[in-house]
Amino acid sequence: MRKMLLATCLGTMVASVTGVAFANDEVTKLASNPKDWVMPSGDYANTRYSKLKQINAGNVGKLQVAWTFSTGVLRGHEGGPLIIGNMMYVHTPFPNKVFAMDLSQDNKIVWRYEPKQDPNVIPVMCCDTVNRGLAYADGKIFLHQADTTLVALDSKTGKEVWSVKNGDATKGGTGTSAPLIVKDKVLIGISGGEFGVQCHMTAYDLKTGKLAWRAYSEGPDDQIKFDPEKTVSLGKPVGKDSSLKTWQGDQWKIGGGCTWGWTSYDPELNLVYYGSGNPSTWNPKQRPGDNKWSMTIFARDADTGMAKWVYQMTPHDEWDYDGVNEMILTNQKIDGKDRKLLTHFDRNGLSYTMDRVTGELLVAAKYDPKVNWTTGVDMDKSSPTYGRPKVVDQYSTEKQGEDVNTKGVCPAALGTKDQQPGAYSPETQLFYVPTNHVCMDYEPFKVNYTAGQPYVGATLSMYPPKGDTHMGNFVAWDNKAGKIVWSNKEQFSVWSGALATAGGVVFYGTLEGYLKAVDAKTGKELYKFKTPSGIIGNVTTYEHGGKQFIAVLSGVGGWAGIGLAAGLTDPNAGLGAVGGYAALSNYTALGGTLTVFALPQ
Amino acid sequence: MRYIPLIIATIIIAASGQVSFAEDVGDPTAVKSEDGKYLDKDGNPTFKVGADGTLDWYTYSGYRRYHSECHVCHGPDGMGSTYAPALKDSLKTMSYADFIGIVASGRKNVTSSQENVMPAFGDNTNVACYMDDIYVYLRARANDAVDRQRPSKHEPKPEAYTTAEASCMGKPQ
Repeated sequence: MRKMLLATCLGTMVASVTGVAFANDEVTKLASNPKDWVMPSGDYANTRYSKLKQINAGNVGKLQVAWTFSTGVLRGHEGGPLIIGNMMYVHTPFPNKVFAMDLSQDNKIVWRYEPKQDPNVIPVMCCDTVNRGLAYADGKIFLHQADTTLVALDSKTGKEVWSVKNGDATKGGTGTSAPLIVKDKVLIGISGGEFGVQCHMTAYDLKTGKLAWRAYSEGPDDQIKFDPEKTVSLGKPVGKDSSLKTWQGDQWKIGGGCTWGWTSYDPELNLVYYGSGNPSTWNPKQRPGDNKWSMTIFARDADTGMAKWVYQMTPHDEWDYDGVNEMILTNQKIDGKDRKLLTHFDRNGLSYTMDRVTGELLVAAKYDPKVNWTTGVDMDKSSPTYGRPKVVDQYSTEKQGEDVNTKGVCPAALGTKDQQPGAYSPETQLFYVPTNHVCMDYEPFKVNYTAGQPYVGATLSMYPPKGDTHMGNFVAWDNKAGKIVWSNKEQFSVWSGALATAGGVVFYGTLEGYLKAVDAKTGKELYKFKTPSGIIGNVTTYEHGGKQFIAVLSGVGGWAGIGLAAGLTDPNAGLGAVGGYAALSNYTALGGTLTVFALPQ
Repeated sequence: MRYIPLIIATIIIAASGQVSFAEDVGDPTAVKSEDGKYLDKDGNPTFKVGADGTLDWYTYSGYRRYHSECHVCHGPDGMGSTYAPALKDSLKTMSYADFIGIVASGRKNVTSSQENVMPAFGDNTNVACYMDDIYVYLRARANDAVDRQRPSKHEPKPEAYTTAEASCMGKPQ
């Protein structure tokens, strides 16, 4: 009954029979108010686009720091704040503090929350102790803790309403992703692809924390919530045991496929979209088979979790190209027809444009020309390898074998883009993508599995592509033509989330710590300011007291803080030669600050 | 595999007699070799770099193992990250016994602003079976004997090493 009502009234307020659907309607309504920023991705479509236009291409050059806030934590600060009415909610990396500040009272901290967590979860987090943000609904703030606890706090007082443990840190499961509120449920993923965790997406009841459904990324059909006849991939039913058939023995039980990225939601179709990460281990020879459904885009029914359509982007991964990046939902015209699209910038260097209703693949194109592990995806519908990427033997770590150093693979394991989310402007119809421009040598070797210990099995060495010295680009992308429209070089990987606004400005942060504003049409740099530490947070905007503000977290870390701190080296430099590229540690040190900008009075 | 914890326990018991971390770590010059492993005058594992740049097996192997298990926190080439120390510096003043002890049991540096925790790798055969390799590689880095890059020329894998490795690692899943 609820589904039909939502189908006929696109995202508008519905007077529903039960009070339960009210939570989603409240969040949808808040998300459509440009003054607020109610979820980390801005809206359910993950566009990171704001209708606010007080700050525009003409005046952004005059931007000033309005106020700042130190979180008191020194590790990688991913994600961004939530703003609802006069309240701002800021979160931190481990120990995962939450601050509730009243913007109408000079940002006074109304309440603060700090969970008690066993610090032994810290070394089980592969890529720094980051956290991508909070969720809000029904008078509650939801926090996903490093130790996989999902806690609901009263948004007015910070008191715990309910708490549930989503995974097991002693087995390598941890929490870094932001929860997503969908109707009467809160959805949460789990991390642990480097620890052999059998990962899943789980939905809990918003009010009580009771488990509603859980869908694993690999395993028997009932565990992965697939219907062998109804769940389709590129238009064809997946059939029975579609996952089990692609693993050797019981390897799927330590299979990975983790869900630590972003989830989007289409209320009209009632589908949630997210991607799964790498299969465990990093040594492809130890896990023969396609390893389904790792590296996969899932479209699942929000109420039941059943998969409607799926698409595996990198079958039998050989490079750690996790598929967890954001799924941006747009309605655009292709060949004169209105289409409901899903655009995804994958770690593997391909940007996928899909029909989000059916899962049809429309475009798969490289968004960095240096990507070399594949010549492209087979787009011939009659071909037996339809939808599969054609792998280049020279860059296949599987083909080259164990204990062989496969050289010059582009992109490196951190991908052409990692979790840092892009933005979409309906005015330019361009996607604004923060990218990495790094290649690697990758050498797999045999490893043993021990619960709670890293299950990796590859040696990695990273450097910019041959002939280049810069390690990042900020790209404007046309998802219909599959083409780069403009591209701004950056010295380091661009590791922050972008923001596009109706003022014709696009914002992003750099690893040196610059908050930058560029013209949405041309990419021309209009403003920059160096914040206290490297930026791996996502740029956010809101309005308060009639003034538009831009907010971003600084605090260098994440995988960039591990790989780039000391600088990369030139693999072709002879023994003894000083071959190297810029080191991040020459530009920034640890920090934990929220900087908020506005136009001068 | 069963004897690894015993060996580590023995080393920790021996190491517990020593008090400070900043003690003299000894001359790293290799004075003798046993089955392809070089030892200094104190009997501790050390590196050997030939005149033409050829590395001993342990240094080469240590490069690979370090970059699989330790690099994720300690950065490439022992250079450190935004939150974990540069081991190429730590090994300038850390003895072999202390190194083994820390890798086996882990370490915690917890303050009000920072909580840095290193796990215990003693039960992780992917590390425990290669402790000497990793130590020798990092010792070479600390003494500037090996540059910031992948070693190329190396001595062949000793047969005794292959046997010990297979016995320690057991059958991989």
